[in-house]
Amino acid sequence: MVIKYERDNIDTDVILPGTYLKIHDYDELATHAMEGIDPEFHSKVKEGDFIVAGKNFGCGSSREHAPIALSHSGVKAVLALSFARIFYRNSVDGAFLLPIEIDEDTYKNIENGDELEIIIEKNEITNLTKNQTYRIKPFSEIISKIILAGGLFKFKP
Amino acid sequence: MNITEKILARASDCERLAPDDVKFVNVDKVMIHDVSGPGVIKVFDKLKKQGINVDKLWDPSKVWVAEDHFVPSAELISAENIVKLSNFTKNYGIDKHFKYGMGQYGICHTISHEEAMVLPGEVYVGGDSHTNTTGALGSFACGLGHTDIAYVLLNGKIWFKVPETILFKLNGKLPEHVMAKDFILKIIGDIGTDGGAYKTMQFEGTGIDEMSVEERLTLTNMTTEAGAKTGIIEPDQKIVDYLAARGAKDFSLVKGDHDAEFAKIFEYEASELEPIVAKPYSPENICVVREAPSVSLDKAYIGSCTGAKLEDLKAVAKILKGKKVKIRTEVLPAAISIYKKALEQGFIKIFLDAGATVGPPTCGACCGAHMGVLAQGEICISTTNRNFPGRMGHVESQTYLASPLVTAASAITGKITDPRDLN
Repeated sequence: MVIKYERDNIDTDVILPGTYLKIHDYDELATHAMEGIDPEFHSKVKEGDFIVAGKNFGCGSSREHAPIALSHSGVKAVLALSFARIFYRNSVDGAFLLPIEIDEDTYKNIENGDELEIIIEKNEITNLTKNQTYRIKPFSEIISKIILAGGLFKFKP
Repeated sequence: MNITEKILARASDCERLAPDDVKFVNVDKVMIHDVSGPGVIKVFDKLKKQGINVDKLWDPSKVWVAEDHFVPSAELISAENIVKLSNFTKNYGIDKHFKYGMGQYGICHTISHEEAMVLPGEVYVGGDSHTNTTGALGSFACGLGHTDIAYVLLNGKIWFKVPETILFKLNGKLPEHVMAKDFILKIIGDIGTDGGAYKTMQFEGTGIDEMSVEERLTLTNMTTEAGAKTGIIEPDQKIVDYLAARGAKDFSLVKGDHDAEFAKIFEYEASELEPIVAKPYSPENICVVREAPSVSLDKAYIGSCTGAKLEDLKAVAKILKGKKVKIRTEVLPAAISIYKKALEQGFIKIFLDAGATVGPPTCGACCGAHMGVLAQGEICISTTNRNFPGRMGHVESQTYLASPLVTAASAITGKITDPRDLN
């Protein structure tokens, strides 16, 4: 199911506030995910959910806590107009979640609560609620290979 | 090739590289601190469970360690993280560990230049987003997460996509009341917080030639707020002298070719720049100080890798000398070496006489960690680098980002103040 935030520049300070940077227990971090923007997030997020957001998702600090907190909350992918670079590579190299770039139309069409199915091999998203199909921006070659390997440590250059 | 391409080509054994080439690049230096260090330890634990050998680092002599985010420890988790970090460096034979309470220590990005931990032409990665700072020395300096840093510690290399470079030219010397902080805030205002995303932001021009090394570090530091992969400045004699004074020699200066290519070039006239603040809740939300909202400030914060270097403190001292602060004012020098010099040069006494409190080097409240975080509704003017919701404390607190001169002037009046308008 989709949890949508219609805003740009959702930064790592709101995804996982700085005061929790000292915590390295992944499940405990999950309880603070998105606290800076949505204190209800932890109580509503379910395994297999997707976050949909605007441009420059994950900007700010390099804290890997941010994708970790989302991933351990059950989030499988973030669909955004664009991503900040460190959040993007942390998500992929650590195999925490899929950072998927979508276009403006897709962003507008997907609504809070929609059920989605993402087929990476086809670069396709199916919106089961609305019976629509969207294209996703293909991953670059290196990113595809690292995703398929299951993270940077399993990837053989 | 430009300087970024030349450094990355050398480090990946390629004759030529161009933007978008993807390479595994040999790393020259790595940094971890009391947040990314325990994060890396956690990754190592995971790898061990997967049967991956983590007994030895690729080269402990190329690794250095800072204690900065959560020192002095305010509670048990932070204290335990420091112990974990000490055990890690001991077990893996890392000598360069700058410990709180044991001589020189400070914010990692400040230690990188104060202790000449990184040299021109090197590929330097750190477990912190503001690693970009050190690019002012002419290195390729880039922030990474825990998994990537763990990979570098074990393998000595990491993948990079060669970034395009945007060039920012500064023509002429900055006016006396304008600092590098104002210039970089102006740039971020112009290009936005994703205006440099995935790219190198390079600075040059007569204004940069005239600029001190510490001021240049402020520019590269905040390229992170524009989303850049790195910020870089071609090294000159000032860099050589700066590093030589800190015991570094035997390095060569890498510079771009005459036919170097840039994705885009921006030009600024120094004489036209003015003191700037970034209003809540984004570093791109700028206005000139004289047009800033007339809010009643609760606090002035002078700290962080961005705004607590010696010259930042000197600028604050110039304003606070003989005056009294009207709001809570905290000064946290960015490293012990800077603290000492500030003491020797009389700045610390000026701060204390003005009514400010001087604290130990720490990232502290800059990242909302501890040591003066903001309560709900509190408004702060700060020499730091970010003002996203909740950055320095409560999500409904507010931070205005400004230069040390503007922050000090505002501490005296309790309003956002242009230093030229002080009586």
